[in-house]
Amino acid sequence: MKIIVAIKQVPMRDSPLHPALSGKWIDEADLSFEINEPDAYALEEALQLKEKHGGEVVVLCAGPERAAQTIREALAKGADRAIHIEIDALVSLDTLGLAKLLAAAVTPEKPDLILTGLQSDDLGAGQTGVVMAELLGFPHSTIIMQVEVRDAGIRVKRELESGWFQHIEMPMPAVLAMQSGSNKLRYATLMGIKKAKSKEIHRVTPVELGGTASAVATIEKVYLPQKSKHTQIFEGDAKTAAAQLVEKLKFEARVI
Amino acid sequence: MSILVILEQQAGRWHRMSWETLAAGQQLAAALGEPVEAAVVGKAIGALANEAAAKKLAKVWAVEQDLLDSYTADGYTAALQQLIQKTQPKLVLFPHTYQVRDFAPKLATRFSQVLVSDAIAARLESGTLTLVRQFFQGKLSGNVRVGGAGPVFASLQAGAWRADALESGSAPVEVFAPVLDAEQIRQKPEAPFREAARAVDLTAAEIIVSVGRGVGEQSNLSVVEDLAQAFGAELAASRPICDAGWLPMERQVGSSGQTVAPKLYIAVGISGAIQHLVGMKGAKTVVAINKDSNAPIFEIADYGIVGDLFEVAPALAAEVRKAKGA
Ligand SMILES: Cc1cc2nc3c(=O)[nH]c(=O)nc-3n(C[C@H](O)[C@H](O)[C@H](O)COP(=O)(O)OP(=O)(O)OC[C@H]3O[C@@H](n4cnc5c(N)ncnc54)[C@H](O)[C@@H]3O)c2cc1C
Ligand SMILES: Nc1ncnc2c1ncn2[C@@H]1O[C@H](COP(=O)(O)O)[C@@H](O)[C@H]1O
Repeated sequence: MKIIVAIKQVPMRDSPLHPALSGKWIDEADLSFEINEPDAYALEEALQLKEKHGGEVVVLCAGPERAAQTIREALAKGADRAIHIEIDALVSLDTLGLAKLLAAAVTPEKPDLILTGLQSDDLGAGQTGVVMAELLGFPHSTIIMQVEVRDAGIRVKRELESGWFQHIEMPMPAVLAMQSGSNKLRYATLMGIKKAKSKEIHRVTPVELGGTASAVATIEKVYLPQKSKHTQIFEGDAKTAAAQLVEKLKFEARVI
Repeated sequence: MSILVILEQQAGRWHRMSWETLAAGQQLAAALGEPVEAAVVGKAIGALANEAAAKKLAKVWAVEQDLLDSYTADGYTAALQQLIQKTQPKLVLFPHTYQVRDFAPKLATRFSQVLVSDAIAARLESGTLTLVRQFFQGKLSGNVRVGGAGPVFASLQAGAWRADALESGSAPVEVFAPVLDAEQIRQKPEAPFREAARAVDLTAAEIIVSVGRGVGEQSNLSVVEDLAQAFGAELAASRPICDAGWLPMERQVGSSGQTVAPKLYIAVGISGAIQHLVGMKGAKTVVAINKDSNAPIFEIADYGIVGDLFEVAPALAAEVRKAKGA
């Protein structure tokens, strides 16, 4: 079974975020980066499926040069090889433009399964996998917790709202957008890190994949959210702040 | 040229976000001077369509077909593609539900468009529509402009528009029967189920102390447990805490977990992602304890302490005990 896992490199959680001078995206200069959280779970699911059914796990990532670090980490965890679509200005693409590149890179691979995360931590569009599926003509499902391989198809556990779930069957090849948290993530072993150094990272440019389409949806400006609610903030040392808060909860909100 | 609002129903019951989206559709239609239509999709949905027809709308489309009985991405996409081709709307609005996440991007792609997902506001300036959405789980906002030849597709965030602003009226219902073929629908869904009976009913709790990833490690939970005890509160959590197995899933608050509306909700080390907020913003009073003054949780908090929870939570527990003892 050949599984492609689409991974994105995003700023580390809790990074300080400041709009860049252009105003169109954040200033990334001093940030550190990591794998998008649900993508790490998608990778874990792929590695477990490979352990059960054999085959190959190929990591697919569109991003600037620095994304190579995140790709290496995925290889160190056990992915067999990688495709790195080298593109600097990811945010100048919209979902359709990005999905076209990813789909073009996937097509010659003829995978059985493509796993993505259900949404990226930075853009949070939550749709790249679905659009890729449409472009490739594959069935898909989203917010997936578990994948079971059955004959020529798969049976997945999909999360619904308010604590409900549902199983869905579909034929392969298919695209699944994976939810976070359903597996325990593995760490890279020393052996894995060593092996990763000799694994193949195939670098391609957008031009080699047919070029980038002009964006339909564009981000014009990003900014810190305007506060609409008046929040009373208590400052000072913890004890003073706590005492002030309790005072308010008792006499103003009357909840204790 | 009009606005088309896609309402959501499941097994004959409305998704309540449908009405928020419809209210948004009415407001944008008024601003644009265009009619607004709504569509409900399924099998035998006449009664639902009639209910929707009691709103101020130009028309309600009952998109009916046996193959639309249970939701599938393939079925819904094909059906709505045909409706949109027929009605040629300028703008198609959806509630940003889990179901919409599953098919709306595919539908937009059919029209070479890009869905603007989870929008929180829409601005019209001299006829041009700008949609506002969040990035970095609410830590940043951004304006998005959509070009392209097809309709603009947007899904709207829970709670961003108010359903009580909905205007009543009387609209004709028209049945639209899309041409679907069973072969086209590749997903075979089974019946929805719940994992286990809920032993904890957070919805009945008057006070909830809720813990998030800021707590760092499982062994640190005692700090928050003690705070809950001081308040006489139920303990709840954000998703990552339950995913990690530190607390059972039945204590998860949010779109995938429970929806609570206590008198007092104290969020400790929770950033305030929308999927968490939808589960607790009905609380009467919200307190946030977070070391990041820009954390989105402060946006909906009545009171906040910016600081390290490992200092603040014990201090607060002590003060609460003192206040109660007095
Ligand atoms: C389809 C879908 C469904 C989801 N369903 C749910 C759901 O039902 N419920 C839910 O909660 N989430 C849900 N999520 C996940 C949600 O998007 C967020 O990822 C999650 O709520 C984040 O949890 P958190 O706030 O605990 O963690 P984080 O976002 O990591 O925030 C941790 C916070 O702790 C603060 N902090 C760190 N250290 C300290 C300290 N020492 N003192 C004080 N503060 C500190 C940080 O500043 C930060 O704000 C869902 C996501 C998706 C896509
Ligand atoms: N630049 C990228 N390279 C590889 N995969 C990506 C990229 N951007 C998004 N994805 C995948 O698509 C998923 C959804 O992203 P998004 O649609 O941006 O929310 C992510 O979790 C990744 O699996």
